[in-house]
Amino acid sequence: MSENDDIVKEFLIESHENLDRLDRDLVALEKNPSDREILASIFRTIHTIKGTSGFLAFGKLEAVAHVGESLLAKLRDGQLKLNPEITTALLAMVDAVRQMLNSIEAIGNEGERDDDILIARLTGLLRPQGPGAVPGPPAPKAEPPQETPIVGAPVIEMGMRIMEAKPAGNAGETAPTAERIPAPEPLQPDHQNIGDILIERGEATAAEVAKAAATQIGGDPRHLGEILVDQGATKPHEVLEALQAQQSKGQVASERTIRVDVGLLDQLMNLVGELVLARNQILQYTKNTEETYLVTAGQRLNLIASELQESVMKTRMQPIGNVWSRFPRTVRDVALSCGKKVRIQMEGQETELDKTLIEAIKDPLTHLVRNAVDHGVESPETRKAAGKDPEGVLLLRAFHEGGKVNIEISDDGAGLNIQKVVGKAVQKGLITAEQAGRLSDREAANLIFLPGLSTAEKVTNVSGRGVGMDVVKTNIERIGGSVDLQSTPGKGTTVKVKIPLTLAIVPALIVTSGGQCFAIPQVSLLELVGLEGDEARKKVEWIKGSPVYRLRGNLLPLVDLNQSLGQCDGERGQGALLGGVEARGKEQGSVKIVVLRAEDRQFGLVVDEINNTEEIVVKPLSKHLKNIRIYAGSTIMGDGKVALILDVMNLAQSSHVLAEGQTRKRAEQEQAAVAGGDQKQRLVLFMGSGSRFAVPLDMLARLENIPGEMVERSGKNWVTQYRGQILQLIRISHVLDGSGQIGEEAELTLPTKGMLQVLVLESEGKAFGLVVNQILDIVDSDLEPKSPPTRPGVLFSAVVADRVTEILDVPAVLSAGEMN
Amino acid sequence: MKHTGQFCTFYLDHLLFGVESQKIQEVVPYRELRPVPLAPASVSGLMNLRGQVVIAIDLRRQLELPDRPPEMAPICLVMRASDEAVCMLADEVGNVLEVGEETFEPAPETLSARLRSLILGVHKLEGNLVHVLDTERACEIEAN
Repeated sequence: MSENDDIVKEFLIESHENLDRLDRDLVALEKNPSDREILASIFRTIHTIKGTSGFLAFGKLEAVAHVGESLLAKLRDGQLKLNPEITTALLAMVDAVRQMLNSIEAIGNEGERDDDILIARLTGLLRPQGPGAVPGPPAPKAEPPQETPIVGAPVIEMGMRIMEAKPAGNAGETAPTAERIPAPEPLQPDHQNIGDILIERGEATAAEVAKAAATQIGGDPRHLGEILVDQGATKPHEVLEALQAQQSKGQVASERTIRVDVGLLDQLMNLVGELVLARNQILQYTKNTEETYLVTAGQRLNLIASELQESVMKTRMQPIGNVWSRFPRTVRDVALSCGKKVRIQMEGQETELDKTLIEAIKDPLTHLVRNAVDHGVESPETRKAAGKDPEGVLLLRAFHEGGKVNIEISDDGAGLNIQKVVGKAVQKGLITAEQAGRLSDREAANLIFLPGLSTAEKVTNVSGRGVGMDVVKTNIERIGGSVDLQSTPGKGTTVKVKIPLTLAIVPALIVTSGGQCFAIPQVSLLELVGLEGDEARKKVEWIKGSPVYRLRGNLLPLVDLNQSLGQCDGERGQGALLGGVEARGKEQGSVKIVVLRAEDRQFGLVVDEINNTEEIVVKPLSKHLKNIRIYAGSTIMGDGKVALILDVMNLAQSSHVLAEGQTRKRAEQEQAAVAGGDQKQRLVLFMGSGSRFAVPLDMLARLENIPGEMVERSGKNWVTQYRGQILQLIRISHVLDGSGQIGEEAELTLPTKGMLQVLVLESEGKAFGLVVNQILDIVDSDLEPKSPPTRPGVLFSAVVADRVTEILDVPAVLSAGEMN
Repeated sequence: MKHTGQFCTFYLDHLLFGVESQKIQEVVPYRELRPVPLAPASVSGLMNLRGQVVIAIDLRRQLELPDRPPEMAPICLVMRASDEAVCMLADEVGNVLEVGEETFEPAPETLSARLRSLILGVHKLEGNLVHVLDTERACEIEAN
């Protein structure tokens, strides 16, 4: 019976929506037990579900809804007062109904279940609440209608109404029943009867309805709608519509909306995507054509496609309030089970995001909310002792910023115990004690996202097993978002989630590397830098063996895309690296750097060519390739070729430009020092002859890597051509062998291969290149001489970066190595 | 997966393989593939099939057969597997055959272990041995 299937489908959709509202209403009702409107709304919802389920022969569902309705009726009439026990039971009923609806959706019936316990529980609550309860109107003498007072009531309502409506004809028959009927329930003005609605719509005649009503009053336990259908007076879908109309009469008049299957919207989205691609192709051709007609048509097509794309994307946008609507109930349940008092506040529920993203963040957000209540907020006693309001507040905020949707979950609880977190992390071996010492507060707080980490004293049903936060982070990052945690001890914790607005069609920069095209989402793009010829060689510096580019004072780590794709595990020989960046400078005459942002850090991606920007349709990567994290997807460009979309975040991580700690911190410190004019000395650290040395940074002109072939001999010295001058190269080993002289037995043979690490130092107007074994780092240090010099050429020894370091006497070295 | 009925056949290194016709969406001649750096060797690349990006898997590599000689252009058998389309690269298309239970046998021991693990069995036809490909397993790519 396909017609039945449609009816069931509609029933399911409607009911699911109603159940969500029920959750909210019940929690709201608990706070305002005497709010009649909420109570009426709840009653109506259950009543409809009961009615329709009975009509569709879902007996188990009907039974549960029936008892719930009884309970609600008593509440509505003031015979019972709402208390937490009743609320919890009603919520349990809602859950059972939901489960049965899911089952109906899946297999067509409520499934194997036994709700006797639930029904007994609800029935038990129907009993008067003890001496304090307000007794209802005296129960009428035992008569069939009164044994089941609730089932009878609506019927009686209808019976009465119908009899009023039609004075003639049937009055004689129904008059006797009027005497038997006890005082009817006060009619809700907004609760029209099924019979009336059907008559109104012309689906059944008054006579038919009266006949059915009579049968019902005569003891037929079925619903009016059922009886009417049975008697052939009306059709099933009409009854259903009438039931719906009955329901909606009480609702606030909503705007004109239409229900659309999500699958259809997805299809629409795909088609628009294809249209965008086709438009791109046409635009490519119109660029090169002279035909004005074609050009104009192309432009129009462009405009229309863009608008269409925008509109379709809007259809998929939903307010985040849809996800949040279930949280009041979640908060209530968790708070109850933990013995805490928490209320929830929301700001920005109308903030919209794409439907697929909404699905993806449901679970992570739920976990964060539960966590905040379970672990964040303290117990009422603790709070009171701390001078706080015993009821905690959980604030949810959402807003658009920087092309992303920001969601903040804040609690005014005890905050994160950073020491404890760090301690646990070290204890579990997730980080070393050394690393722990170097963490900033914020980094330490974010440790909570490591798998297996939980500082919960005990594991509750809700959380504490340490599997939640890392899953939250993974899920959010999977959709291209980021999550960050900030906490103030004693005051509270805030978790900030940022997710991109949409995934489907994004503007991107197309670049070429290794002969193939790649797409970089524009949202990560900061700027483009082109270095021509010699600039390339000069402006790229080397720190710890990694190339960096000084962009307006900031050190920008560089990543060569070709190399990232060749070797992604970070093992790179210095030579290979140098070859990449500098070779480009030599071969192509220019180095092209795309400055990208990953989270709050920047890096430069070195590519062969920068092509153009295009709006691309993101196509998910085949599941076989999903584990290659640096690709975010693929797309087809205007010329029909496939391009791979780069995942900027993963690219940065796999190239180790985003290693936590060291490099970045140094860079930050450097900047801070530059800005603040530190007291500390800035030193360049390097290795020579197996020992650590340092020279003041202000004596350093350049860090260079000079190929062995470039070294020439002049007398007994090594020299090289450097920026149009002849630069003497002094080997640190020679300086330090104590002789001060360059002995005959010293290596007179020039290095012909490999690279020399050279510090170009300037002293007293003269420059020389100090050849060292390895340049380590640039650090800040308040130089405190710890011991007298151990050898000539050294000023003193100090502890720099936790190691014993000899501070070089630059002028002395220079004169010692001067050309003889 | 059935091993009887109508089968499309194709050649890989002179061996004849068969896949249920129903599973094959279409057969397209070779077209440009976009190589995917860092992908496993069996992934020949991605191709543009009427606006869809489809992954191309080299069956020779999957079956650990020697590589195709460079001058031989492969053909693409487009298969719809679960939720996405996959293109399997083969040497040449064979005939469409009807095969029944009577010719079906389990894979002979003489075949390599790898080959045996990726076929359901063989049909012994006159003058021909048709290896019935286990398409799900044949398209499983091991992560790097």
